[in-house]
Amino acid sequence: MNFNSLYEKPVLLAVAAVAVISVGTLVTTFIPLFLPSTQPVSPLIKPYTAIETEGRDIYIREGCNNCHTQTVRPMRTEVARYGDYSKPEESAWDRPFLWGSRRTGPDLARVGGKYPDSWHYRHMSNPRSMFPTTNMPSYPWIARTKLDTSLTARKVKTLGFGYDDAEVVRQLAAFRTTVTAPAYPSAQVRSQATPVALQGEVTELDALVAYLQKLGRDLKAAQKTAVGSAVAEAAETKNPFGGSRAAEEEGEKIFKENCRTCHGEKGAGGFGPKLATTVHKFGGSDAELFASVAGGRPGGMPSFLPQLGKDRVWKAVAYIRHLEKEGR
Amino acid sequence: MANEARSDSIVRGFALSSVFWLLVGLVVGLWLAAEMIYPALNLAPWLAFGRLRVVHTNGLTFGFALAGIFACSFYMLEKLTRSPLAFPGLAKAQLWLFNIAIALAALSLFAGMNTSKEYAELEWPLDIVVVVLWVMFAVNVMGTLVKRREKQMYVSLWFLVACVVTVAVVYILNNLAVPVSLTKSYSAYAGVNDANIQWWFGHNAVASVFTFPILAMFYYFLPKSTGLPIYSHRLSIIAFWSLVFGYLWTGAHHLMLTPVPEWIQTVALAFSLFLIAPSWASVINGYYTMNGNWDQMKSNYLVKFFILGITFYGLQTIQGPTQAIRALSGHLHYTEYIPGHVHMGTMGWVTMIITASMYFIMARISGREIHSVKLANVHFWLILVGQLLFTLTLWIAGIVQGAMWKAVNPDGSLMYTFLDSVAAMYPFWTVRLAGGLLYFAGILVFAYNIAMTSRKPQAA
Repeated sequence: MNFNSLYEKPVLLAVAAVAVISVGTLVTTFIPLFLPSTQPVSPLIKPYTAIETEGRDIYIREGCNNCHTQTVRPMRTEVARYGDYSKPEESAWDRPFLWGSRRTGPDLARVGGKYPDSWHYRHMSNPRSMFPTTNMPSYPWIARTKLDTSLTARKVKTLGFGYDDAEVVRQLAAFRTTVTAPAYPSAQVRSQATPVALQGEVTELDALVAYLQKLGRDLKAAQKTAVGSAVAEAAETKNPFGGSRAAEEEGEKIFKENCRTCHGEKGAGGFGPKLATTVHKFGGSDAELFASVAGGRPGGMPSFLPQLGKDRVWKAVAYIRHLEKEGR
Repeated sequence: MANEARSDSIVRGFALSSVFWLLVGLVVGLWLAAEMIYPALNLAPWLAFGRLRVVHTNGLTFGFALAGIFACSFYMLEKLTRSPLAFPGLAKAQLWLFNIAIALAALSLFAGMNTSKEYAELEWPLDIVVVVLWVMFAVNVMGTLVKRREKQMYVSLWFLVACVVTVAVVYILNNLAVPVSLTKSYSAYAGVNDANIQWWFGHNAVASVFTFPILAMFYYFLPKSTGLPIYSHRLSIIAFWSLVFGYLWTGAHHLMLTPVPEWIQTVALAFSLFLIAPSWASVINGYYTMNGNWDQMKSNYLVKFFILGITFYGLQTIQGPTQAIRALSGHLHYTEYIPGHVHMGTMGWVTMIITASMYFIMARISGREIHSVKLANVHFWLILVGQLLFTLTLWIAGIVQGAMWKAVNPDGSLMYTFLDSVAAMYPFWTVRLAGGLLYFAGILVFAYNIAMTSRKPQAA
């Protein structure tokens, strides 16, 4: 075949160009659409409420993503500055994603719950009154605009958040009651930012603040409660692998990989306490041992639940029981 | 000569539209640069920073660059095929629709109607208009190529074809959305996939708007204005296919260290490094074309635009891939370094080539020399110095900012608050604004020079 003929046939050239650009496109964008790794879903990450959805749309309308990212990178200083790095499941409900590309201002992926609502009301109205050297512009008009909720139900339906129109109406009414109540903890600052005529209504700023308070909230709550709820659950059960020889053997492997450096060969003790004993520093019941391994203890014992998971923690506990017998 | 070009008025219309949107986009850019230092300039909702930034990027990408590309493409098509445009009436309609669409786009973005996906912010009704415009353009490009009288298609025409198909594919796929009203829609993709597809688009919008057609101009107007044939036809073939193949793999280098699957990031990094080769093939082709004739840098006012332009393209295509390296991305991404990088490409490479090509075209279709070579030289030096001041400053600023974000005390705590890193930027932002003003002055000279060349009556 004479390849030069390609440069005499424009339609063939166009077809060839489409074929050539399709390869990278298929591999890097089309195939990933169907991979579990690009669409992980976690029951701990909740969809947005009706009001958070509206707040998010104001964030989009004002182009906040042009100066603020919403993705914490897995780097020591990022985690120290913002909090835990971002996980794919956190964006599962995000259409569009709002990770951004530039940090003229700080990352916001973990801003939810970091400050009270009153902080945001003041900051959006006049950031320089709080931080004289910031270049965050004032957005006072957002508090002066009543929130338009005429499309909220349709938005929630389009986004597939799984609650119906009646629930949207209920959520909007409940939110209005909350932020307009005299007992609302940020009532004083809100009333300073909001014109008198709108103080009994939901403003765009109310919705925006609700959205900002959602960012990272579910992940933080999940991480805080994961250990707590596993420990609480363990308190009411016995080791499901108790007495199983196979589990003890697996536990031994886990022990060698994770515990031996501190607790010594066969739990003989090292910088960590001796484990081949019936007298344990933080209690020797199944539940107490589980709590020690899963959640860690003061004085240097780290939490192993995140990396091992419940079952393997129980197997480690089974092996510690086995060591007790050997140590006797 | 004049009998070959039959669509002069359309070419002129697009060229003048391009100059107009260039001025608009740069005024908005200057406003933004000033607002970085004086946030009090956030005067009203439609002047708010987050909205203006989008007007700036879209205005210059789709207003200035696309109009310039349309002008130069129609001109090159007629010359390289030795045939008139297949559908001149369609091209005329495209000119009108284009300007109406860009005006509506600007208004809608000022009004806050945007999807938030970078360079794809326009809401769905305007997306449809953009697709219609693109089909009109594609029909003329392909129609003229099919009906051409010149047997061989020169390399500029391949790049034009690549531009036509790539823009179509990436624009449509990234803008798929579900409308909830005339002015509001939600992306068809969620989370990680939305990010991955967005930056596949984002990177290839750069490839197919700021690279393929600009290379087409470079390969055509450099030989035309120097009278020298391009150094190697074979090298341009290799550069073309490997560039078109490699670009589509690299989008995720914008998503380094994010929740996008690591293998997609790493593949993007590998192909980013690979792209240095075909990019530099064009740079080398340009330099070798000048072999033995470098005196034209002094004697021919257009040559220095093309040579400096391709030099900035070369630097850009080294800098880009290095930024994809994870460790460097970890330091530089999200800092001012990245706007510094982007502006070398746009203010250096793209604008140098488009404005020089427009001088060439305007002189030809006016049937005489440009209004003032001296002013063209003033324009060149102002935009060169303005751009360097702008970009060098932002690179340094970005390195400083990245270092401040990563600095830790001996006890492991962070050395600087985020606000410290903002306060450290003000001197850099002031120099950047100064660079932008110099650059804008150069573009004003260019606009005057083009307007005067266009207005001059035909020589008898």
